[in-house]
Amino acid sequence: MLLSVTDRGLYCEAGDFYIDPWQPVDRAVITHAHGDHARWGSRHYLASAEGSRVLRTRLGADASIEYLEFKQIISLNGVRVSLYPAGHILGSAQIRIEHGGEVWVVSGDYKVDPDPTCTPFEIVPCHIFITESTFGLPVYRWRPQSEVFAEMKEWWSANAAAGRASIIYAYALGKAQRVLAGLIDADIGPIYTHGAVERLTRDYRESGIALPPTQHASEMPRGHDFGGSLIVAPPSAAGSTWLRRFGAASPAFASGWMQIRGARRRRSVDRGFVLSDHVDWPALLSTIEATGAERVWVTHGFREPVVRWLVDHGIDALSIASHWEGEEEVESPAAGEEIVA
Amino acid sequence: MKRFAQLFAEIDRTTRTNDKVDAMTSYFAEADAADAAWAVYFLSGGRPKRLVPVRRLSSWAMEIAAIPEWLFDECYDAVGDLAETISLLLPPATSCSERPLHEWIEQRVLPLAKQSEEAQRESIRESWSALDGVERFVWNKLITGGFRVGVSHQLVVRALARASGIDEGTIAHRLTGHWKPSADSYRALIEPDTRDADRSRPYPFFLAYALEGSLEELGPALEWQLEWKWDGIRSQLIRRDGKSYLWSRGDELVTDRFPEIAAAAEFLPDGTVLDGEIMPWANGAPLPFAQLQRRIGRTKLSPKILAEVPVVLIAYDLLELEGRDLRTEPMSVRRAALATLVGNARAESRLLLSPVVEAQSWDQARAAHARSREQLAEGLMLKRLDSAYGVGRRKGGWWKWKVQTVRVDAVMVYAQAGHGRRASLHTDYTFAVWRDGVLVPIAKAYSGLTDVEIRELDAWIRRNTIEKFGPVRHVHPVHVFELAFEGIQASPRHKSGIAVRFPRILRWRKDKPVAEADTLDTLHTLLKEHS
Repeated sequence: MLLSVTDRGLYCEAGDFYIDPWQPVDRAVITHAHGDHARWGSRHYLASAEGSRVLRTRLGADASIEYLEFKQIISLNGVRVSLYPAGHILGSAQIRIEHGGEVWVVSGDYKVDPDPTCTPFEIVPCHIFITESTFGLPVYRWRPQSEVFAEMKEWWSANAAAGRASIIYAYALGKAQRVLAGLIDADIGPIYTHGAVERLTRDYRESGIALPPTQHASEMPRGHDFGGSLIVAPPSAAGSTWLRRFGAASPAFASGWMQIRGARRRRSVDRGFVLSDHVDWPALLSTIEATGAERVWVTHGFREPVVRWLVDHGIDALSIASHWEGEEEVESPAAGEEIVA
Repeated sequence: MKRFAQLFAEIDRTTRTNDKVDAMTSYFAEADAADAAWAVYFLSGGRPKRLVPVRRLSSWAMEIAAIPEWLFDECYDAVGDLAETISLLLPPATSCSERPLHEWIEQRVLPLAKQSEEAQRESIRESWSALDGVERFVWNKLITGGFRVGVSHQLVVRALARASGIDEGTIAHRLTGHWKPSADSYRALIEPDTRDADRSRPYPFFLAYALEGSLEELGPALEWQLEWKWDGIRSQLIRRDGKSYLWSRGDELVTDRFPEIAAAAEFLPDGTVLDGEIMPWANGAPLPFAQLQRRIGRTKLSPKILAEVPVVLIAYDLLELEGRDLRTEPMSVRRAALATLVGNARAESRLLLSPVVEAQSWDQARAAHARSREQLAEGLMLKRLDSAYGVGRRKGGWWKWKVQTVRVDAVMVYAQAGHGRRASLHTDYTFAVWRDGVLVPIAKAYSGLTDVEIRELDAWIRRNTIEKFGPVRHVHPVHVFELAFEGIQASPRHKSGIAVRFPRILRWRKDKPVAEADTLDTLHTLLKEHS
C-alpha cells in the first residue's frame, strides 16, 4: 500500500515521507498550519506556498520548509506529490500522491463553502480518498453563512447600542480571519484583537488577503473605553484576566460546534455562531462521491458512523486512528499563545 | 408561538439574570393573557402529563429524515438531547405558522394525550413541517415534557411583578399550589386587588444556601439559633377555616399522603401555618430516608405501611398565628410562639418541636456538628435570631451546614457522556477502589469538577479508551479522585458489597498515583463506623 498508519503518522514508504506526522520525522508533507497537523520538530517540511507565512509563524524561523504552488508536481523518490486547495484556512492543501498508476488523496481538513481568506476547495479524482470527519453526523448541516454574518452584525449592533463590547472567540488561525473578512463591509468601527490573533492576521494581510483594519487590544492605553467595539480573541482567552479591560461585554463563539445548544452553554457564551471551516454532513458525503474513490479512509472526528454509513451505501471504507483532533482541543493556552496577550 | 420561541432564545442566549428578567418582563407586558398564562406555566417548570412516548417521536423523525436507527442514536449521543436531535435532523419547514402559543398548546399539544397513534403521527408531522429552528426545538421540548430554560420560579415571579406592578410576594403566593394556566387565571394572577389569596395556599418557602466560609465570619455564635438538619420532606402545614392542608416544597398538596399529620393539625387553632419537615419516625428517632420513599408516590396507604413507616412533622417555624402573617417577625419571636403552640397542641406526638442545639460558641457548634450523624441528622441549620422568614433562596439569614464524613480516593474506570449542558462531553464517571489488586466499582458521580477540568478529562478519555460498550467507555485506570458520600450502607446487590449515598467529586487528585487509591477494606471499615 502506498500509505500506511505508523506510530509517527501516515507514512508513504515508497516516497519515504510522512503526512502531518505527530512525531518528528525526516520529511513531513503538511496539509495546513493548525497545531495538530503541523507539529514542530521534523527535519524537512513540504507545504503549500499560499500558507508560507502562517506556517513559518507556527514552526519558527529555523524550520526547513520547502514550498509548492498548488498543482505543481514534485517527485519524492519516484512518488509524484502535488497539493490541491482544501478551502479550510489560508494555505490548506489536499495532498495528492501518485505511484504505479494509483492515486491517493489526503484531504487534511477541508470545507466546500466559499471563504474569501483562502483558495476554494477542488475535487481531486482519486482511487483512495483519506477524509476527515470532524462533523460527520447528519445533525451538522450548515446554514448559509450570509445568515450567520447577518446575525453577527445584529448581535454587535445591539451590544453597541447598549454600550457593551462584543467579544467573539474564534480559533486564532483561520476562523478569526474568516470572521474579520466576513465583517469587512459591516462598518462596525474599531476592531481589536488578542495578540495571538493579531500576529496571524498580519500574516494573512501580508499574504494578500483583504481584511478590515484591526488593532492589538493590549497596545491600547490603560483605561481605554472598549464599549461598543468588537474584539476577536482565541477561545483560550475566555475566563482570563486579559478580558477585564473590556468591562461589560457580551461573549460569543464562532465554530461549527455551536450547532449544538449544549456546546454553546458549556462555553458560557451569549451567542454561538455556527461558522465552520469543515464540511458538514451533506458536503462530506457529496465530496466523497465526487472524488470517485474506490476506497475511503476516514480519520479524526465521527469516524465510525461515517464508515458505517459509507459501507451501508456500498463504499469500501475504513476507520483510521490518528492524532489529528481538530483545532478545538489543540487551541489550549499552551498551543494558542505564541504571543503573550 | 413565534414570540414565545423568541423569548426562549433571548433567555437561553444570555447568562445575565437581569437580561433574562428583562426579556420575560417585556414578553408579559405585551403578550395576550391566554398566551402569557401558558408561558408562566412552562417557564416555572410546569409540564403536561406524558403525551407521546418518545420512542414514537424518534421513529417518526427517523422516517422523515430518512436515516437508520443506529445513526439516529449516534446523533442523540453527540447532541445529548432528544428534542434537539430531532429538530436538527428534520428537513427544513415547508410552511410557516402564525398560530399563537395558547392555540398550539390547547389545540395541538394537549389533545395528543387522547389521540390514537395514527392521529398523533399526522398531527406531529404537520406541526414539524410548519415549525423551524428554535420554534421546532421549543415545541419538541413542550411535547416531551422536557421544557427547561435557565430561569428559576423566582425570576418568573419577578418578571410578572415588574410587568404587572404587583409585588413579588403576592405573585408568588398566588402561584403556589395548583395554579391552572388560562386567560382568566392569568388575569387573576396580575389582579391589582391583592386581598384574594386562596385560603389553602402555603407561603413561599424560605430556603437556605450551603454554608460558605468560616463560622467566625457569621459574627457571634450567640446571635444564631442552631437546629439539626433533617433529611425528610420540607413542608408547610396549614390550618385555616377548620380545614388542614399539607404542602410539600415542590408545591404539591400531600395532605392525603400523610393522614397522621393531617389529623394532628386538627389540634392547631385556626389561622396557623407551620414550616417543618415530614420525617419517618419510630421510637423517638428518625428512620432512614429510604423508608419515607416507600410512602411517597403511594396513593393508597395500607395499614401495614402506616404501621411500618409512621411519620411526624418536626416543626421549626411559625409563619402564621391567629391569622396574622409572622414572617417579618424575628426568628426568636417566631420560635418562642412556635414552642408555646406545639407545647399546647398535644397532637398525639405527631407534631414535634425541632430541638434547638445549644452552642455558646462556634467551637461548641463544631462539636455539635460532629455529632450530627449520631442524631441521624444531615448536619446543622444556622438561623440568625433576628432573621425574618424570606421568600425563596436568600443569603445571610439562614445557612445549611451539612456533614461530609465519608471521603475516599477512588480511580476512574468508566466514563459516559452527559446530557444537556454537558452533552457530548464525558461527564458521568464510574469510580473503583482496590481489592486484591483488582479495581472494584463503588460509585458513579458526575458533579464537582470545573468546566476546564471536565474538558481536559474528556479529551483524555477519548484518547485512552480501552473498550466501548454503547455510550460507556472503559478507560485506562490512571486518574484518582477524592469522593465524598453522604452515607454508606451494606448492599448485597452491589459487587463491592456496599452502596453509597449522594456520591460527588471533591477534587481531582493529580498528585496521587493509582496504586495509592483506597481499598475496599477501608470502605468496609467506614461502613462499620457508620452503621
